[in-house]
Amino acid sequence: MRLTLKIWRQADAQASGALKTYDLDGVSEDMSFLEMLDVLNEQLQGQGEEPVAFDHDCREGICGTCSLMIDGQAHGPEVTTTCQLHMRSFRDGQTITIEPWRSDAFPVVRDLVVDRSAFDRIIASGGFISANTGSAPEANSVPAPRDKAMRAFNVATCIGCGACVAACPNGSASLFMGAKITHLGELPQGQPERGTRVVDMVAQHDAEGFGGCTNIGECAGACPKEIPLDVISQLNKDLRTALRNGH
Amino acid sequence: MAGSGIIFILFVLLHMYGNLKAFGGETSFNVYAEHLRTIGEPMLPREGLLWVIRAVLIVSLVVHVWSAAQLWKRSNAARTQKYAVKKNTHSSFSSRTMRWGGVTILLFLIWHLINFTIGKVNPAGGPTNNPYELLVDSFSTWWVTVIYLVAMAALALHLHHGTFSSLQTLGFTNSAAARKRARAAGWVVAVVIAGGFSLVPLFTLFGVIDY
Repeated sequence: MRLTLKIWRQADAQASGALKTYDLDGVSEDMSFLEMLDVLNEQLQGQGEEPVAFDHDCREGICGTCSLMIDGQAHGPEVTTTCQLHMRSFRDGQTITIEPWRSDAFPVVRDLVVDRSAFDRIIASGGFISANTGSAPEANSVPAPRDKAMRAFNVATCIGCGACVAACPNGSASLFMGAKITHLGELPQGQPERGTRVVDMVAQHDAEGFGGCTNIGECAGACPKEIPLDVISQLNKDLRTALRNGH
Repeated sequence: MAGSGIIFILFVLLHMYGNLKAFGGETSFNVYAEHLRTIGEPMLPREGLLWVIRAVLIVSLVVHVWSAAQLWKRSNAARTQKYAVKKNTHSSFSSRTMRWGGVTILLFLIWHLINFTIGKVNPAGGPTNNPYELLVDSFSTWWVTVIYLVAMAALALHLHHGTFSSLQTLGFTNSAAARKRARAAGWVVAVVIAGGFSLVPLFTLFGVIDY
């Protein structure tokens, strides 16, 4: 496969960036998207040019480190992470535009790498349960209804990659927050902090400069873990309940 | 946004129902218009309930526009560097046109009030104190009907997403089935209200509603 790549190059957070065009030949359709970028970087290094910086870690689709806006779609055209996206999803001779997540809450560090620590601060504000340390409690001693447990498990698959923010025309992180709120709120262990959790997380979300949700739904379509839009409804319901209870 | 939006949905539903009285002829329509002013008498003064409804609508409008402006501002601030390429693959056209569609409806609302309530502009130059004749004269003018039909298209889009979005914002769509129902409600509300509103101008233009 022969590809034309338009890649966002930006030296550091302060520098102004621009799209730069590269030609890449000899791409196998069995390569993952990140392997294709590895090949490009090898070529760039051979030419004495700075390689393209991009985030990656497990390359198994489970860690949430990889990102990339590929031809206007977060994680590209398939419902998966960029590391699990293969070049067979593209055509020979195709021009592919690769940009970083665009969100003022996710500032560009370099090239395609963005700083997603805003998510960490949202989690730190309430996306946890408090538990005593020591020996682990017997798991079956806290009964959880099956349907609630299943819903919690399904939304707990959120890997915090930020594709929802990247895809959202408003730049909102509501799907991410909704996934955490639903995950913890469906289980007995999440109940003691349920009211303060949602209020604090939403406050932190807004303080980070994420946009407001208008229920457009691009987030759920971009999510590699297929977190459904109903977690945002759950988030709103929890917030309404919490505010009524004086949190 | 959701609360004020639902007040507007209920209002346009009643407004649309009232407009259909035009199919009953001059007496039916004008009696209905007069009844809006005398409803609740003698407990309420003349136009008492009308002004209560107007006050609620004005407050809702201020809340709705203010909330929309806040969301628009936050949205712009959240992504100052735009994408060179951005595809929207999982959102409805209506959901992406809420803001400019809302501005369109607001501009239409100003014209509509000048046309029928505050200014009572009769484009045919006829009487303005007879609601039925004002309606027939207005919609017999082709460009007035075009303005109203364009506005109803904008209203249909706004209601299609707005109905679903308000239910989602209020936290009533916590399952896939509930979400599907809310989306269906959006279609029903949009078609019934915008469709119902469009009947009177269309049937007037083609001479069915006449005096």
